[in-house]
Formats: sequence, structure tokens, C-alpha cells
Amino acid sequence: MSDTIIQIKDVNKWFGDFQVLKDINLNVEKNKKIVVCGPSGSGKSTLIRCINRLEEHQQGSIIVDGNELTEDTKNIEQIRAEVGMVFQQFNLFPHLSILDNCTLAPVWVKKMPKKDAEDLAMKHLEKVQIADQAHKFPGQLSGGQQQRCAIARALCMEPKIMLFDEPTSALDPEMIKEVLDAMVNLAKAGMTMIVVTHEMGFAKEVADEVIFMDEGMIVEKAATNEFFANPKSDRTKLFLSQIL
Amino acid sequence: MNNINFLKPDKSNLNLFLILGLSLVFISIFDVFLSSFFKINATGFLPTSVSFLLPLIIGFIGLHFIRIEYSGIRRLDEINKNFNNNNFNAVLSLLIIFIIIKSIPPVLSWTVIDANISGNSKEACTGEGACWTYIKVWLRRFIYGLYPNEEQWRINLSFISLLALGSVGYFATEKFKKYLTLYYVVIYPIIAFLFIFFFISGGPVFFDFSYGIIASVVAIIIGFFVPNKFKLYYFCFVPLAVYLSLNLFILPEEYVELGKLEGLNWVETGAWGGLALTFIVSFFCLIFCFPVGMALALGRRSELPFIKYASVVFIEFWRGVPLITVLFMSSVMFPMFLPEDFFLDKLVRVIIAISLFEAAYVAEVIRGGLQALPRGQYDAAKSLGMGYWKMHIFVILPQALKLVIPGIANTFLALVKDTPLILVVGLLEIAGMLQMAKTNPKWLGYSMEGYVFAAVVFWIICYAMSKYSYNLEEKYKTER
Repeated sequence: MSDTIIQIKDVNKWFGDFQVLKDINLNVEKNKKIVVCGPSGSGKSTLIRCINRLEEHQQGSIIVDGNELTEDTKNIEQIRAEVGMVFQQFNLFPHLSILDNCTLAPVWVKKMPKKDAEDLAMKHLEKVQIADQAHKFPGQLSGGQQQRCAIARALCMEPKIMLFDEPTSALDPEMIKEVLDAMVNLAKAGMTMIVVTHEMGFAKEVADEVIFMDEGMIVEKAATNEFFANPKSDRTKLFLSQIL
Repeated sequence: MNNINFLKPDKSNLNLFLILGLSLVFISIFDVFLSSFFKINATGFLPTSVSFLLPLIIGFIGLHFIRIEYSGIRRLDEINKNFNNNNFNAVLSLLIIFIIIKSIPPVLSWTVIDANISGNSKEACTGEGACWTYIKVWLRRFIYGLYPNEEQWRINLSFISLLALGSVGYFATEKFKKYLTLYYVVIYPIIAFLFIFFFISGGPVFFDFSYGIIASVVAIIIGFFVPNKFKLYYFCFVPLAVYLSLNLFILPEEYVELGKLEGLNWVETGAWGGLALTFIVSFFCLIFCFPVGMALALGRRSELPFIKYASVVFIEFWRGVPLITVLFMSSVMFPMFLPEDFFLDKLVRVIIAISLFEAAYVAEVIRGGLQALPRGQYDAAKSLGMGYWKMHIFVILPQALKLVIPGIANTFLALVKDTPLILVVGLLEIAGMLQMAKTNPKWLGYSMEGYVFAAVVFWIICYAMSKYSYNLEEKYKTER
């Protein structure tokens, strides 16, 4: 399995006494798009936050691109530079312009010359169609524009994997589409993606596999068509009937 | 004419109420004005308490009459809305107006009309009011302290040069803008120090350090510009080697003598004083306490238990002791713990003490800013592969510091106003000089003028600082 890029094995995690992740096993292959869904509190976000170690798992192992996540911070910073992440609340840096948001990490983490970083940033901003806003500040942009900027910011690090943590949940319905469009384009360009979302339309369109999580466990994991056509567990059926 | 209900003025009898009300208000204010400016008591025939309260009552009734909603007259509506919207506020507004009117004549007469400024001795002060002659005669002392008169050009020269150097930021071109922070944080304080060291002191005042220590400090500063690859080796060997070689081989036992400029007399720090000393102490304390406070704030939030608890203990210690004891300790206790051939001037010790003291406050203010940032900012920075320092320097601190500008300004103002306390260790800055002038037998009894003068000087300094902090806030404002 040479093209497995993320390998999650028997991962357990507790917040205090509460177990958020129970025996998670998951392999993600290169260029695959995985959608993770499930009711809130089911551990979806925690799972993908574990992949770039924004949360630490307590048992099991997570191997990202051949590097196991450990206490070693050097290693973690390296992995994080390869794993882009987009958050529910955008988390743009409000004191920097859109362009500076995008060039900050390439310049200071990857030591890229400022000029190159700006060209790269403009390229990615172009892709998500907000190049004309490059010199504004995040506070002056709409939610959808901010989220697209956040996607561009993550892409500027030229990551191998992109993680999306409910990227459209904090947006107005009108703006969801523009963000999803940007994500679809990204998916078609062949990025490895793990997306936590409730947008089942998006899942049907781009996902290779859908994972359904509940109470910290992976309840069902199936190819997209299979997942929507005939879900196996009752819990999944119930969830789908409510959300579709 | 409609029915008139005096308890409930309304729009239908607008003119009547307006005339009645305004004239009553006018009468009440005029009465206070007369009694205040011309000492004419128009209601003197009434019992004292009644005559005292009468203007208030008349004015109150007048204000009640003109309190007409939606009168259609814009001015009147504005007045009603802003300080006549209910009975309580009407009384408060009247009282404030009365107090202002009442206080103008005595203040004016004391500071200007009956005041004296001519002459050079106490005898010139004959009037009832302030004796500004006293300030005039003592002005030099208030500004320069006990610094010898013929040497005062050195202070002037230093301060003017430093002011000029400090304003470089306004003229910097785009190309040099990025070096400004470095300039103001590192280079400017060093220049300021050198000026004070060479010009104002002009002698072996501050330290009994050898050339070796100074050279090794310079070597350490240079070290930050050495390429990363060699940094570790550099820091391990070079500063120590520089120190040892200078001390052992080149200048053995050659202590101090640094800081001597040809032709300048040494003026010991004990003679420094007045406003100049206020500036020197405030300036260096501000510069030192800020980075220390920042480091403490970060330390307190660190995950490493040793650093965390060391910071907590440090902060709580300095916040828990009064400044006055800190100053005593620094001047009396601290030298006892020093090795014998190691000498730190009192002024330096005091500056260090105040800096550390204020750093604890600054730390807590900055910590407030750090805690106000949403966790998402940390997550985002981390997810981009930034380590602790990069994350803090580029993402967290710029935002946190922007948030706490008002708090920092507050602490800095308090610091400037705390500097008079160095009086207790015998350093006489402006308030200290005042204390001295006050007890001069030739000039007994003019402490009031002195204190007013000091208050005005401090107010000007502090107001300038607070204005500057507002400017900073505006400058770094980005929409969130």
C-alpha cells in the first residue's frame, strides 16, 4: 500500500473521562476525497484535528506521509506544513491583509522569497476568485470570501493533504455555494481531501468514500454510491433520513 | 389659548412655556454669576439657606417648563435630550453650571489677576494670588535639578539630539520602514544610553564594569546576526573568549575609565534631578519594562511548569510589594548582596527596580490581551506549520498588543507618575526638587505654587502620552 498517505490505527482519545474517539482505524490513499459526517459531538472534528495534531491522541498511532505523529515538535511542524487545514470560523489573521495572510507562512515557515510568495498567493487567490480583494483586510470581506481566502491561505503552503473542518457551517446559505465550488475545483485538481461536512450534495459530487461517525466510533464506511444507496446500519439510515 | 397645566408643559402653549422657562433659567444663572463675579447677593434679604438654594429652585422650575417633547425647535430638543431629559439630570446640569461659574473667579484671580511674576525675591510677591516669581527663580532647579548651571548645555544638547533622533520615524522612506522597529527597540535606547552616559554623566558613573564585559555584551548582540548554522558555536565561545582575552591579556585590571570624554566634568547622578531626571527615569523604565513584561506574560502562559511558575512567582511578588519598599530595597539592601568590586550606581538600581516592578503590571495587561484572542488564531497559525515563536511574533502578539494599547498606556502613565517616589532614595526629580525648594528658608510658604506647577508639568507629559496612545489605536485599527 505504497500510496497510503494517512494511516490511523486504533486511535483512542479522551477529554477527561469522556471518550471522544474509540478505536478509530482509517487509511486514506493519495488523491482520495473522504467525507466525514455524523451528528454533532460524534468526534468528527476531533478526528481531523488529530491528523495535524491540533489535538493529541492518547492511544494508537497516526502516520501522515510516512511520519508518525509524536511529541517531537520539529516533526509536527513539518507535518503541519504539509497538511493544510480550513476551519469552520475561517480564522484568518485580522491584522493582516488578505495577501499577507497568504504569504505569512510561506515566507516565514518555508523561507520563500517574498516576491515568489506573493506570486504564489495571487495564483491561489485567483483560483478561488478573490484576487481583486487581495489588499483588503479580512474584516472587510463577506463570510464566503473569507472562507475562500482561508482555503487559498492553506493552499499557499502547497500541502499534500487538505483538511476541512465544517467549512460551510458558519456561512449564509447564499455563500455556501461559492465555497463549495472552490472545494470542488480543488478536488478535481487531484488534492487529497478529508472533509467534515453536512453538505451531502458535495459528498455525492466529489467524495470517493463517506464515513459516518457516531459517539466517537466509525459506524459506517463505504464508497459514496453505496453509502447513499443502501446504508447498512440503522443509525446511518436514521441520520440520512433526517439530513436529506 | 388652551388650558395651561404648569405641571405638564406641552406643545400647545410652547411660546409661553419657552419664555417663562428660559427667563427663569436665565435669572438663576445670572444670580449665581452676580454673586460669584461681583459678590452681589441679589437675594440677600432672604434667610441664608433659602437664598443659597433659590437659584437652584428657580433654575429647576425653568428647566421643567422648557422640557417639551418634540417642540419642533432643534436646539431646544437637543438641550432637552442631552441634559434636561428628567428632573434628576436637570438638577445635575444646573449644579455643574453653577460650580463652573462659581469656580472661575477664584481660580482666575489666584493664577492670573492677583498673581506676581516680576522680581527675583520673595519681596516681589505682594498680591493675594500666586507667586510665580518663586517658580521663575527656581525654574532651573526644577528642570535640571542640582546639575551645575554651567554644564546644563549638556542636558539640553542630549535631549534635543535624542528628540531629533526619535523623530526619524516620521521621515523614514518606505525602504527603511521595516527597520524602524529594530531601530526603536534596540538601537535608539542604546544611543540614548550612550548620550546619557557620555554627555550627561561625563564620568565613570554607572558601572564598575571592565571593557571586557562591555565588549562581550556587544559580541552577544552581534551574535544575533550570525547565520543560524554557526549561532550555537558562536554563543558558546565568542563572548566568553572576548571577555577573557580583553580582561586577562590586553587590559588586565583596567577598570572603568570608560565614559570619560575629554573636557567634560563628571557630574555624579546624585546631582541630577528635576524634569530631566523624570524624563531619564521614565524613558528607561518604559523601555525596559515592556519587553520584560511581554516575556513574563508569555512565560505565565507557558506549558513548561518551571517557566510558568517562575513567572507567576515573579509577577505576584512584584505586584504584592509597594513601590516605595522596592526602592528602599534597591538602594539599601541590594548593594549588600553584590560582590565588593562590583558597583552599580543608585540611579541604575532604581531604574531596574522600577522597571521590574512595572513589568509585572505590564505582564498582566498583556496576558489579558493574549487571553482575549480566540483559540482559532492559535489553531490557524499552528496548522500553517508555525512554531511557538513564529506564531507569537507574527500572529498572536501583534493582535494581543493592539488590544491592550489602552491598558499599556494606563500602566505607563502610572509609571511616569510613580517616578517622584524616587525621592525616598535621595534622587530629586521634579517633585523632589519641589520638596527641597519648599523647605528653603528664603522661600517658605509657596508650596502651593510649586505643586500646581508640578501638576501642570505632569499633566502635559501624561496627556501627550495618552494622546499618543489614542493615535496608536487609530493607526492599528483594522476592521475585525
